[in-house]
Amino acid sequence: MSKNLRIANSKFIDQTSRISFKFDGKTLYGFKGDTLASALLANDIHLVGRSFKYHRPRGIMSCGSEEPNAIVQLGNDPSMTEPNTRATEIELYEGLEASSQNCWPSVNFDIGAVNNFFSPLIPAAFYYKTFMWPANFWKLYEYFIRKSAGLGKSPTQPDKDIYDHRYIHCDVLIVGGGISGVMAAKTAAKNNLNTVLIDDKNILGGTTLFQQNESFKINNSYSNDWLKKEIESLNSLKNLTIKTRTSLAAYHGYNYLLARENLTDHLNINEKKDKIRQRLWKIRAEKVIIATGAIERPLIFNNNDRPGIILSSSIKKYIDYYGVKCGQKISLFTNNDSAYETAISLNNSGVIVNSVVDIRDKTNSLMVKQAEKLGIKIHWKSTVVNTNGYKKINSIEIMKLSDDGVAVIGKKIKEECDCLGISGGWTPRVHLFTQSGGKLKFRDEDNVFIPDKSELNQISIGSCNGDFELDEVIKNSLNSTNKFLNVDNNDYKNLEIISSKEIDKKNIWLLPSDKPMGKTKPFLDFQNDSTANDIKLALREGFKSIEHVKRYTTTGMATDQGKLSNMHALGIIAETAGVKMGELGTTTFRPPYTPLTFGAIVGRNVGEFFDITRKTPIHDCHVEKKAEFENVGQWKRAWYYPKKNEDMHDAVQRESKAARDSAGILDASTLGKIDIQGSDASEFLNRVYTNAWSKLEIGKCRYGLMLNEDGMVYDDGVTTRLGENHYLMTTTTGGAANVLSKLEDYLQTEWPELDVYLTSVTDQYATVSICGPNSKKILSKIIPDLNLSDDEFPHMSYKNGLIDNIKCRVMRISFTGEHSYEINIQSSYGKSVWEKCFEAGKEFNITPYGTETMHLLRAEKGFIIAGQDTDGTMTPVDLQMNWIVSKKKFDFIGKRSLYRSDTIREDRKQLVGLLTDDPKEVLEEGAQIVAETNKKPIEMLGHVTSSYYSPNLKKSIALAVVKNGKKLKGQKMFVPMKNKTINVTITDTVFLDKENKRLNA
Amino acid sequence: MFLINCPYCGERDQSEFSAGGEAHIVRPKQPTELSDGQWAEFLFMRKNIKGVQLERWNHAHGCRKWFNMVRDTSNDKIHAVYKMGEKPPIK
Ligand SMILES: [Zn+2]
Repeated sequence: MSKNLRIANSKFIDQTSRISFKFDGKTLYGFKGDTLASALLANDIHLVGRSFKYHRPRGIMSCGSEEPNAIVQLGNDPSMTEPNTRATEIELYEGLEASSQNCWPSVNFDIGAVNNFFSPLIPAAFYYKTFMWPANFWKLYEYFIRKSAGLGKSPTQPDKDIYDHRYIHCDVLIVGGGISGVMAAKTAAKNNLNTVLIDDKNILGGTTLFQQNESFKINNSYSNDWLKKEIESLNSLKNLTIKTRTSLAAYHGYNYLLARENLTDHLNINEKKDKIRQRLWKIRAEKVIIATGAIERPLIFNNNDRPGIILSSSIKKYIDYYGVKCGQKISLFTNNDSAYETAISLNNSGVIVNSVVDIRDKTNSLMVKQAEKLGIKIHWKSTVVNTNGYKKINSIEIMKLSDDGVAVIGKKIKEECDCLGISGGWTPRVHLFTQSGGKLKFRDEDNVFIPDKSELNQISIGSCNGDFELDEVIKNSLNSTNKFLNVDNNDYKNLEIISSKEIDKKNIWLLPSDKPMGKTKPFLDFQNDSTANDIKLALREGFKSIEHVKRYTTTGMATDQGKLSNMHALGIIAETAGVKMGELGTTTFRPPYTPLTFGAIVGRNVGEFFDITRKTPIHDCHVEKKAEFENVGQWKRAWYYPKKNEDMHDAVQRESKAARDSAGILDASTLGKIDIQGSDASEFLNRVYTNAWSKLEIGKCRYGLMLNEDGMVYDDGVTTRLGENHYLMTTTTGGAANVLSKLEDYLQTEWPELDVYLTSVTDQYATVSICGPNSKKILSKIIPDLNLSDDEFPHMSYKNGLIDNIKCRVMRISFTGEHSYEINIQSSYGKSVWEKCFEAGKEFNITPYGTETMHLLRAEKGFIIAGQDTDGTMTPVDLQMNWIVSKKKFDFIGKRSLYRSDTIREDRKQLVGLLTDDPKEVLEEGAQIVAETNKKPIEMLGHVTSSYYSPNLKKSIALAVVKNGKKLKGQKMFVPMKNKTINVTITDTVFLDKENKRLNA
Repeated sequence: MFLINCPYCGERDQSEFSAGGEAHIVRPKQPTELSDGQWAEFLFMRKNIKGVQLERWNHAHGCRKWFNMVRDTSNDKIHAVYKMGEKPPIK
C-alpha cells in the first residue's frame, strides 16, 4: 500500500488475518471482513470499469447491492468464471481473483473511450436508431458492440458447484436485519410466533451497527452499542431462525417468497470444496414484515460519474465499518443532513474534510451544528458545477445557486479533493413491496414513494416505509409491529431516544451548471450510461409515459434495475413535462431484486435429475443387446439393436426383414394402458371414440380413434373388452397421461351421471409383442394349452393364459400387419416373459426390433402414428379413415365439428402415400411438396410426414399430407430440396399386403 | 404462487394444480342441432375478464378432482372454491 488508507479502530475487520487476492492480475492484500470493494479502496483503487456507452472510467460508488459501476468478473478460469458480480457484495477470501468487466483491452487503456469524445453523436437510443438499419447489418454491428461493451464473459463449462432448494413455512418472515427488523424479530419470537429473520449481509445490524454519533443515542448509549445488545439477546429466542448472507430475490402473491442464501461464496477455495454453494429458500409465510431500509440517492450534476465520487453514506460505512479512507482530502456535496454524519465520522477518524457543499440556504439541526462545532466548512446555497480528473477526481468547481435554483451565479470556486461524497436524500427500498403487488403513494415533502395499499398480509417498517429519523424508525416500527402481530411487547416501552432531526429540505433533480446543457454530462443511470440530457431528448421527441422513456433511453434497464437512477429520471420527466411526480407513477420493479445464479434457480434439477427417466421392466435386456435408445416423452425406448459394424439403417433393414420373414419381438410396455370399469363403461367409450362400442363382444378388441372437441384426431389405440363392464384401453406412449386427464375431465364435469372408473395401469403391466409368420409357433411353445387356431383365437380377440402359473392376457392384435400377439403380464414378470420368448424363438431367428423398425413396418401398411402423421389439424376424414366414424351414433367428442364448413371442405390437406420415381431415393420427413417447379412464388401443397426405405418392398415409401390429396392419386408431384428436386407420385397409403393376408399367415 | 384450497384436500401449493379455463360452459346436449355459429360459440369463445372470473381447476398432482374457483384476475385473490355441479357461492 502506497498510502495508508486503513485506520486501526474498526471492530468489524480482523486486521490480524491478512488476505491476498488478485485484481486485474495484480496481487493485493486486504483483511478478513473486507468486501472486494473495501479492499480495493484500501489499496487506493477506485477505477474498476468503463461505462457502457462512452467507456468513461468508473469507480466504486456504493457499498451494497445498488452498486452500478463495480461490476466484476470473478475467477480466472474461463471455464468457471462468473460475470456480473458486484464488488461491494463480494466478501474477500484468500485467493480471490477478479477483473474489471466493462473494458477492452484493459481498464487503463480502453479503445471504446473514443466514444466519449464523439458523445454528442451518441444520444438516447443511438444504438436503436443507427444500428437497426439496414437490418441484416446488425450481425456485423453486434460483434463490435459486444466486444467493446464487454458485457462480461459466460463460463464455457458446466457449473461444478452444488446448489440446493428448501422450503420454509413460518408465522412471520422479517426481511432485513437493521434496527427495525431486529426489534420486530424479537417482538414476534417472544410472542411464540415461529419467526424467520433474513439479511443479505454477513451480520445483522444494518447501518445502525456502526452509527456511533453524539446525535443518535438510545437510553444513554450510542445507538450502535444499544443495538448490539439487542442483537445478542436474539440468541436466546428459541423460535427465531436467523439467516444471514441471505438475499430476498422475489416476493410473489400469497406471501410466497424466494430467498438466496450464500453458503460458501465467502470461503476460500479449499473451504468451499464439496459444500453446497447457494441455497434457494422457498418461503411461505403467514405474515411478512419488510424492513429493507433505504438507498441513498446520488445528485445529478455535470461530470458526476468520475472515479472517487461515492455516495456519502458509503464513505461513512467504509470508514466506520471497514476502517477504510476513501480519500485523504474529501469533499461532500448534499441536499440533506446525512452528509454531515459522514463529515463527522471522517473528521473523528482524522480524515481531512475540505467542505460540505449544501444546496440548502442554511439549516440548524443538531447534526449540522455538531459539524460546525468541529470546524467543518460549509458552502450554503451552492452546487458543484463540474468535476475534474480523468481516471480519478482531483477537484470540484463550486458556484452559488440562484434563488429559484435553476441557475448558478457569482464566482466559481475550485476545491482540490481526492474523493467527493454525494447525497441526494433517501429512497425507501420499496422493491419487494411493489413486487408483491403493493401500490405506492408519493410523499411530496421529501419526494419519496412509500408503501400504500397491499392485498397481502404484510407491513413495511423503518426507512423502507419512509421513516428516516432514528426516533421515528423505532417508535413507528414498534407500533406497526405490535398492531400487525396483534401482540403487546413492553420491552421497548420507555426508550429514551436522542435523534437529530432534519429541519430543512430542498431538492433539485438536475442541478444547474455554468455550461450549456448540451456541453454537460450529468449521469443518471451509471450502469447503462444514460444522462439527464437523454431523458430530455426523449421528451422532446414525444415520449410521455415513464415506461416508454425508460426503454427508449435504457434508464433503469441495467442489472441494477435503476436502484440509484429511477427517482431522478421520474423527477426530471415530471419537471420537464410540468406534471406532479405522484401522478406520473413509477416503473415496476421485477424479481429478482439482485441477479440470481442459474445454479440457484435450478438447484438439484440438473443432469440426470432434470427430468424423470422412465424405463420399462425389460430395459436391462435391451441394454444387454446393445440397443440404442430414443426418448419418447420421459420413456427410454429401444430404438434399434445394431449388430457389429451396423449403422442405424443397416440394423433397421435387418430387423424389418426378420419381422416379416420369420419373427420379431418388441417391448411395447410403454403404451398407455387405462383400466375402465363401471356399468356405463360401454356408453363412455361410445362417447369418447368415433366408432361404436356397445356391440363389441367380451373377449374382442377394437381399434379406436379419439378426437378433440374440434374434430381433430387426438389419440388412437386398441381397446379390449375384458368383461361386461370392464375394458382395457391402450393409448399412444406419449399421449397416455393427457388422455387419462381428458377422460377424467369429461367424466367429472360433463358426464358425472356415468358410472365409470378410470385407473392408469401403464406401469402395472409389461407388454411383449411378437410378430411374424412364426409368432404362432413361438407362442404355442410358451403357453402350450392355449388354442391358437384362427377360429378359436382370431385376429382382434384376446385370451387369458398362464405362463409358469402366472396369469397373463394375450391380445391378438397387430400394428405391423403381421400375424402377431401382445402378451400383457404383471410388470415384475416382464423380463422373464421376454427371455422366454427369446428362448422359444431361437429356432426361428426371433429378432428384437425397436421403435424405428416398428414405424417402418406400420408405414408399409399405411397405419398412422398420432402425433407424427397428424398434427392437431387432421380429421379422420382427412386421414381417409371415414370407415371409423360412426354415422349412427348420436354424439361423440368432436362429432359436431366434423360438419363445420371448414372441416367438410374437399380441398383440405389429406393423408396420401408417396412413391419416389427413383425407388432408392428416400424423402426427408418434413420436406415440402409442390405441383410445379418453375413458378415463383410457389404454393406449398403439403409435406412428408413419414418416410423410409422398405426392405420388404425394396423401394422407398412415404406418407404425406397434401392439399386435395385424395383426388390426386396417380399425379406427379415434386419435392424441392436444397440441391435437387425429387420427382414423386401420389399413391394409396397402403403399400404392402392390401388384402391383409399376412394377418392370418 | 397461489395457495389453493382444494375442496377435497385443503390448502395446497399452486404447483399441484392445473388451470382449466373458464367455468360453467356446458357442453351442448344436442350438438347436431346447433348451427355452425352456435357450435363455434361453445367451442372457441372464452371470456378473458380483468376482475372476478369463474374458473375450472384440477388438483392434478393431488386428488385429481376438478373443481371451480372464483378468482379476481386483477390481484389473483381467490374468493371461493366450490365443487363441480355446485352454483358459484358469490358473483
Ligand atoms: Zn385435492
